[in-house]
Amino acid sequence: MKKQMYNSLRLKIIGLTLVVSITPLVLLGMAIYYRFARAHEARIEDQVRHLAESQSYAVDFFLRERISLLAMLADTHGFEKLSQPAALSELFETMNRRSEMLGLIDLGVIDCNGQHTAYVGPYDLKGRDYSNEPWFAEVMAKGKYISDVYMGFRRFPHFIIAVRARNGPQHWILRATTDSDVFNRLVKTAQSGRLGDAFIVNTEGIYQTAPRFQGKILGQSHIDPKNFSHGSTFVERRSKRGATDYFAGDWLNNDKWLMVIRQELRGQTDGLAKTRNTEIMIISLGILAIIMTTIFIAHSVVTHLEETAREMDKLNAQLIQSDKLAALGKMAAGIAHEINNPLAVIGEKAGWMKDLLLEEEFQNSPHLEEYATSLLKIESHVERARKITHNMLGFARRMEPHLDDVDIHQILDQTIELLDNHARINGIKIRKHYHSGVQIIASDQSQMQQVFLNLISNAIDAIESNGLIDVTTQQKNGTIVIRIQDDGPGIPKDQQHRIFDPFFSTKATGRGTGLGLSISYSIVEKLGGTITFESEPGKGTTFIVSLPAVAPEKK
Amino acid sequence: MKPVEGNHPPIRLLLIDDERGFVATLSKRLAKRNVKATQAFSGREGIQILRKADFDVVLLDLKMEDMDGLEVLKIIKIMIPDLPVIMLSGHASEETAHNGMRAGAYDYLTKPYDIQELIDKIASATKSDDE
Ligand SMILES: Nc1ncnc2c1ncn2[C@@H]1O[C@H](COP(=O)(O)OP(=O)(O)O)[C@@H](O)[C@H]1O
Repeated sequence: MKKQMYNSLRLKIIGLTLVVSITPLVLLGMAIYYRFARAHEARIEDQVRHLAESQSYAVDFFLRERISLLAMLADTHGFEKLSQPAALSELFETMNRRSEMLGLIDLGVIDCNGQHTAYVGPYDLKGRDYSNEPWFAEVMAKGKYISDVYMGFRRFPHFIIAVRARNGPQHWILRATTDSDVFNRLVKTAQSGRLGDAFIVNTEGIYQTAPRFQGKILGQSHIDPKNFSHGSTFVERRSKRGATDYFAGDWLNNDKWLMVIRQELRGQTDGLAKTRNTEIMIISLGILAIIMTTIFIAHSVVTHLEETAREMDKLNAQLIQSDKLAALGKMAAGIAHEINNPLAVIGEKAGWMKDLLLEEEFQNSPHLEEYATSLLKIESHVERARKITHNMLGFARRMEPHLDDVDIHQILDQTIELLDNHARINGIKIRKHYHSGVQIIASDQSQMQQVFLNLISNAIDAIESNGLIDVTTQQKNGTIVIRIQDDGPGIPKDQQHRIFDPFFSTKATGRGTGLGLSISYSIVEKLGGTITFESEPGKGTTFIVSLPAVAPEKK
Repeated sequence: MKPVEGNHPPIRLLLIDDERGFVATLSKRLAKRNVKATQAFSGREGIQILRKADFDVVLLDLKMEDMDGLEVLKIIKIMIPDLPVIMLSGHASEETAHNGMRAGAYDYLTKPYDIQELIDKIASATKSDDE
């Protein structure tokens, strides 16, 4: 039950400490990661935006260059000259010879009525009437025109560039078809990384150049151009399955085409992932350290607590025991005192009678002798009773267990005196063989007395009647040895290993508790000594108590 | 029987003890040994008697019904600091005896005792008092 309490305490400490210390750590880690990711995103956003801007500038430049070229040709050569197929074809050849990267496939001259008056190129388009085409009207109105990409008559994706020129009051048009390939290549130069894409869509979101992934030229893209405002570069984010796509869109000058740069975060974010992993690792290590420290601390705190509680329990038990002993001691002292008073009166009366016997009238009494001996008997028995009560008082006084200056011989004397009467009645003689070198030691008087009381009364019990008990003391090498030897029946071999067990007794019920030796054993052990015995059945038993000769503290 | 001192005037002793039988007998025995004992059966009575008459020595029981002997001893020591007090006790407790000695008692005896022991202590108490 207590174990449970300590376990739950341990868990509580661990749980609380972990929550309190790990939560902020994790939150901090998350915050740092979030900030970092945001910064990273912002950087990528910047990157794609920048890329879109510069790429749209480049495309614009490409288109403007071609428009300027056409316009310049139209202005310098004039309608008269260019409407002659031979002249137009010569110009076209020179042009293409000078620059392969021009990307113009054909060249045509259209008069103010929409008639294709001259054409040079791989297709047979001469004589076509463009007057009803919507772009014809537009180029006539605005002066220049760039078409969306379309299949047209030519069956492959292309777009046309047309400029209007003036021939006197008449307007005419110089028109060129742009090679999708060259244009595509230009746009694709902005494809960066493994997953980056760059393409152009028109106002309906139709691919004007071939995207790198997901789709073909002239196919419908996922871009909704309405999301992209004109005049500034807008970045749209789309997240799916852990990856984020960034779409930066920048409208070209013609406002019809949207230059789109697509960048997938996952692709370019090895750095971010690495940072995140490092962070997770550092935080994990931190958490691990915290967990270990917490468990260690909780464990040692609880263990310490447990130990303290256990010690307290032990102390309490000792206190209860010493309380009991103190109460017992008080009672013994009270009884002794109550007996001492009547004893004193008896002694006094006897003394008075002795005094009176000295007077003349008694001197002549025939029974003087008898009176005198009776009085002596009374006095000697008063003295005996006095010794008993004094022993009781002395015993009571020593009930409180504490270390004091112990004179082993004095304790033995007192113990023997207590038991001597009982022994004498049974014809048992107790002999003392004290060694004069036995010093005063620091020990517990009453407990030592209890030990000797147990051992000597066991010896008396064992002898039963007529025998000898020898009490011997010795001191050598810092050890005091007390031997209590009896010539009783000894202890049978098969019982020898059990005599120190609590409740082991061979005595009749009511006479032996079986506790004497086990208590003595624990007392001596607690005082730092040992208690052993030698026994030979038929010859007797010797109990040997060894105590460390610990000098008492100087007071 | 050995009286205290030859033919000197008897030693005046105040015996304070609530054990009447004991006090009576002891007084008679002391009288035979040239000690004149005045009897008091309680601490209070003893102190009252002390106010009226002079004594050479006091024999005081440490445990009485009305007053703790130690208290009586302290009062006596305040009243007549030079008066030797011998304590009598049924209590063999050395601690009590030590307390008495610390409070100014001359000596102590535990009951029951040998009369000669008592006479010797009285003699030495009065002798040192004379000097
Ligand atoms: N001096 C001895 N001689 C023979 N037997 C002994 C002696 N001392 C102890 N014993 C045996 O050891 C047993 C246990 O002793 P003890 O623990 O003191 O309990 P108890 O005296 O109450 O029986 C005794 O019953 C007795 O059989």
